[in-house]
Amino acid sequence: MVVNPVTRRRLWTSILFCLLVLLAVAVTSPLVGSTRIDYTAALTEDSIDREILFRARIPRVLLSLMAGGVLSVCGVLFQALLRDALATPYTLGVSSGASLGAVTVICFGLELFAGFPSIWVGALIGAFLALLLVLVVASEGRRMSSFTLLLSGVTINSICLALILFLQTFATFGQSFAIVRWLMGGIESVEYSTLLWLAAVTFPVLAYVFLTGREWNLMAVGEEWAAARGVNVTRLMLTGLISGSILTGVVTALTGPIGFVGLIVPHGLRMRLGADHRLLLPCSFLLGAAFLTVCDTASRTLPTSGEVPVGVLTALLGGPFFIWLLKSRRRSLWL
Amino acid sequence: MSAFSLSNVGMSYGRSEVLSDISIEFSAPGLTAIIGPNGAGKSTLLSVMAGLLTGYRGQCLFNGREVRSWSRKSFTRLVSFVPQRLRLEFPFTAEQVVMMGRSPYCDGLFEAPDDHVEVEKAMMMTDTLEFRSRDFRFLSGGERQRVILAAALAQTTPVLLLDEPTTFLDLRHQVSIYALLRQLASAGRLVITVTHDLNLAAAYADRVIMLRKGRLAAAGPPSEVLSSERIRSVFEVEADVLPGPHGKPWILYGGESRHT
Repeated sequence: MVVNPVTRRRLWTSILFCLLVLLAVAVTSPLVGSTRIDYTAALTEDSIDREILFRARIPRVLLSLMAGGVLSVCGVLFQALLRDALATPYTLGVSSGASLGAVTVICFGLELFAGFPSIWVGALIGAFLALLLVLVVASEGRRMSSFTLLLSGVTINSICLALILFLQTFATFGQSFAIVRWLMGGIESVEYSTLLWLAAVTFPVLAYVFLTGREWNLMAVGEEWAAARGVNVTRLMLTGLISGSILTGVVTALTGPIGFVGLIVPHGLRMRLGADHRLLLPCSFLLGAAFLTVCDTASRTLPTSGEVPVGVLTALLGGPFFIWLLKSRRRSLWL
Repeated sequence: MSAFSLSNVGMSYGRSEVLSDISIEFSAPGLTAIIGPNGAGKSTLLSVMAGLLTGYRGQCLFNGREVRSWSRKSFTRLVSFVPQRLRLEFPFTAEQVVMMGRSPYCDGLFEAPDDHVEVEKAMMMTDTLEFRSRDFRFLSGGERQRVILAAALAQTTPVLLLDEPTTFLDLRHQVSIYALLRQLASAGRLVITVTHDLNLAAAYADRVIMLRKGRLAAAGPPSEVLSSERIRSVFEVEADVLPGPHGKPWILYGGESRHT
């Protein structure tokens, strides 16, 4: 593999390419679906086609774009933070933590917390605690092995799942119905105002993460390596932890846990672009958005009797990929 | 001028004390070798001085200021640190790894043209240019070690701290790296290196620090520190010290250990 040094020019060409892919997906996805819609009708007059396009499909595509992009960035972020290519919000149990937070809030029937939808706050706190727990459990002295990391992820996943099922027994029928979403992730149509909120919360965090890309390169090599080259490691880890929790939390609050997006997209990009986070982070956002939208469009249109949640689809794709990654990695890296 | 001043420095991991009562001064220029058996605290001492272990006791001053109270950015413009080895998870190229040495000088997202010049120079000095765009993970142990050294040279600091920089190197590269360190020291820098090779220390260093069980056993010019009695008592091997070329001591080991 020959990788040229990362320059502004290379950053922009890579971003441009990913952006074109994203636009192609974003423009075509709303056109695909179980019902054929007539564009001229949808764009010119009040019609059922217009309702479907603007009320159902476009918000759903926008949510899948945001969720896919954010989850991919979280994958890259957690992988750099823990120096492990298998770390994602899903495999670490952070998504389950967020789900548990959301479910807890639903069960206690809280609506708003300091102006934010309380489910978001619950999910965010859940994600933060889960991530903190992973860091504490998995750190043996200074180095974490992927083995302990994944094991602690599995453990956190099952604890959270058990607690969600436990809480569900106290829930009313309506609440119980809402809780099911947090057992398996899926994209649904949401209000435009919700999308705006999502953008308002995630975009500043994403911008911060992108702008610290050079420091994440050093962090992805090692804490000591970064500290010996001028990086304030404690601060970077803390802000990474908080950023990752916010991003995972708010997306999970809207979609439930969707797995493996943060594994497949960053890995594919690394094979193509190399490991530099200045490229990897923004490109992961763009292609992750495209990837989840393609998956969600497929899940909407598959000839099944009911709709398949997109989380099922990504798990079907990501599970085998994860196993392949685990095996090929052992061959090449554990020398 | 760059200088370290340590007084009563100690360090413990949990209950085990790895370093105690180290009081010593280092000042530029010079090439100092830190030697001692496994577990003597050599790497720990170096990490304390590099500001990577902040939980030390006592006083460790760099240019008159406690190492842990320096801002990392300004400290790492003056002091670079070369770890013994580096295990990478991600496909960074050799050149990208060396470029990270320019980090203390970068404020934005990208490096300046000057940074590329320094990287080029550092890779030339360490003979690593030929594999600049190869994946660091697939380089041989010796190649990796030279790349890590290049990253420290690209940092262009007046002080270099190195933890066994030649462990995985073949003879030619061992000698060329030490010649390079010697040259840097002669040009005014303070170079402090941990090593297991007493002969390399004797041949190139102008000062040798010997540690034993976390304490300072001896410090001074190689000809004074490297006596056969001291090597016997610290390393527990029989050794003959012969007069080598240019008046440097030449150590022959391989006799029987006094415990067998």
